[in-house]
Amino acid sequence: MFAYEFMRNAYAAAGIVAVVAAMVGYFLVLRGQTFAGHALSHVGFSGATGAALIGLAPLQGMLAAALAGGVCIGLLGEKLAQRDVAIGIALSFSLGLGLLFLHFYTSHATQATALLFGNVLAVSAHTVRVLLGLGLACLAGLALISRPLLFASLQPELAQAKGVSPRLYASLFMAVAALATALSAQVVGVLLVFSLMVGPPAAAQRLTHRVGTGLALSVALALGSAWLGIALAYWTDWPCSFWITTLSCIAYLAAMMRRRSAP
Amino acid sequence: MSTPAIELEHLRLVLGGRAVLDDVSLAIGAREFVGVLGANGAGKTTLMRALLGLIPPAGGSVRVLGGPAQRGNPAIGYLPQTRSALPGVRLSGWHMVACALDGHRLGLALHGRQARIEIDRVLDLAGASELAGRPISELSGGERQRLLLAQALLGQPRLLLLDEPLISLDPRRQQDLIRQVKTLQTELGITVLFSAHELNPLLGALDRVLYLGQRHAALGTVQEVITGPVLSGLYGTPIEVVRAAGRIFITADGMDADGGAHQHDEEQQDHAHHHH
Repeated sequence: MFAYEFMRNAYAAAGIVAVVAAMVGYFLVLRGQTFAGHALSHVGFSGATGAALIGLAPLQGMLAAALAGGVCIGLLGEKLAQRDVAIGIALSFSLGLGLLFLHFYTSHATQATALLFGNVLAVSAHTVRVLLGLGLACLAGLALISRPLLFASLQPELAQAKGVSPRLYASLFMAVAALATALSAQVVGVLLVFSLMVGPPAAAQRLTHRVGTGLALSVALALGSAWLGIALAYWTDWPCSFWITTLSCIAYLAAMMRRRSAP
Repeated sequence: MSTPAIELEHLRLVLGGRAVLDDVSLAIGAREFVGVLGANGAGKTTLMRALLGLIPPAGGSVRVLGGPAQRGNPAIGYLPQTRSALPGVRLSGWHMVACALDGHRLGLALHGRQARIEIDRVLDLAGASELAGRPISELSGGERQRLLLAQALLGQPRLLLLDEPLISLDPRRQQDLIRQVKTLQTELGITVLFSAHELNPLLGALDRVLYLGQRHAALGTVQEVITGPVLSGLYGTPIEVVRAAGRIFITADGMDADGGAHQHDEEQQDHAHHHH
């Protein structure tokens, strides 16, 4: 199957995205902000369709919108209960806005499905290079803030006393998460980013109590889901995103079962 | 006498437009164990946050270990009252302590040999070594408290600010923790500010009491401060102090003043989730 260029591109794109999503998703799950991550992808959807409408690349629109949304969520602060409602409202509004843009932009009907559910087999070599660049930027940003981010996530009051601003790092992290979401959407689509950003890290956190091991496990599970998913799609001719989400779900369930049976 | 650990001069602290402390002047010496008491909203947490440099004085000055109060002072160990540690976090106790070591520096959260030695040292000091491998989500309130105490000892602080560490602990665990802090304080020669709702558990450990109330503060030995006239001034209502069987009971018109005061939950940081 590697004889085809589109398959090689699909594997490269899925590989890049899986590593980034697994790393960023690890902190998203740790911070209990998975819902925010989900919302970011929807905000990205309205950005992507809006960009298509005015003749820009959807990825650019998605990045811009998700980044703006991420920083807004970060600045909103720590009031979790209120944030859930605000995020939910912003999420549905973004999806509605995206629908309106699509309504005016009727030339490509398949675009909507690709944005919502992903189409990794259609990724070009150029897109792979863009994904690699953005992915590296994303990981570099995460590496830079990871130490204070971990501190501010686990011990916000103490972090503040030690001169680490939880709000600053929340905003910086949400910007990184926005970038990761936009990348993930290229492979599994806006609606299914959870399969790479939440499934593998959540499974990893069930299996280990250590940060380093957890990150490595998260990456391994995401890579496994993404690559095996593409292979299964190749053999069965079913959609890639279906297989990736299914594998991610199986990994999470297996991790839960293993925890239950452990003494 | 060496430099005082804490010096307040005509200090005025305002929180949400309300003066919490007004014109408070006092000095706490090095190596003192001071119990900080007072009703909720009397300013115990606010005072600690001012010492950490998180709340700037609205008047007067705060000096800590010879310098002005400053955010991120490495010489202060802090155990916050609000512990919004995420309930679902499955990381081990070791990582919870480790994240606070150099947590303000940018970069990867990696820990070298020296860092590991330091983390093991504070875990040992706080008697929390056996908690290092267990996930935070499965620890009891008392066990988390010991990890937080370990964390407060990182970097060999000279001043420990412990904000209501007895909350959610049963009487036996309270005594264990107080004994542990007292031992640490004498062995390491550090100053401890230990805030609590109740005076009695602390009687054997403290050198002096800092009692807050009605924007004022009284600092002195138990004999000096825990008296009817002094407390009446701090509560703004006639208070009687009864000593019996080695314990001290503070009552207002036959009612337990401490108990009644619990309802005034005015301090903004007070919506802590108490783990039982």
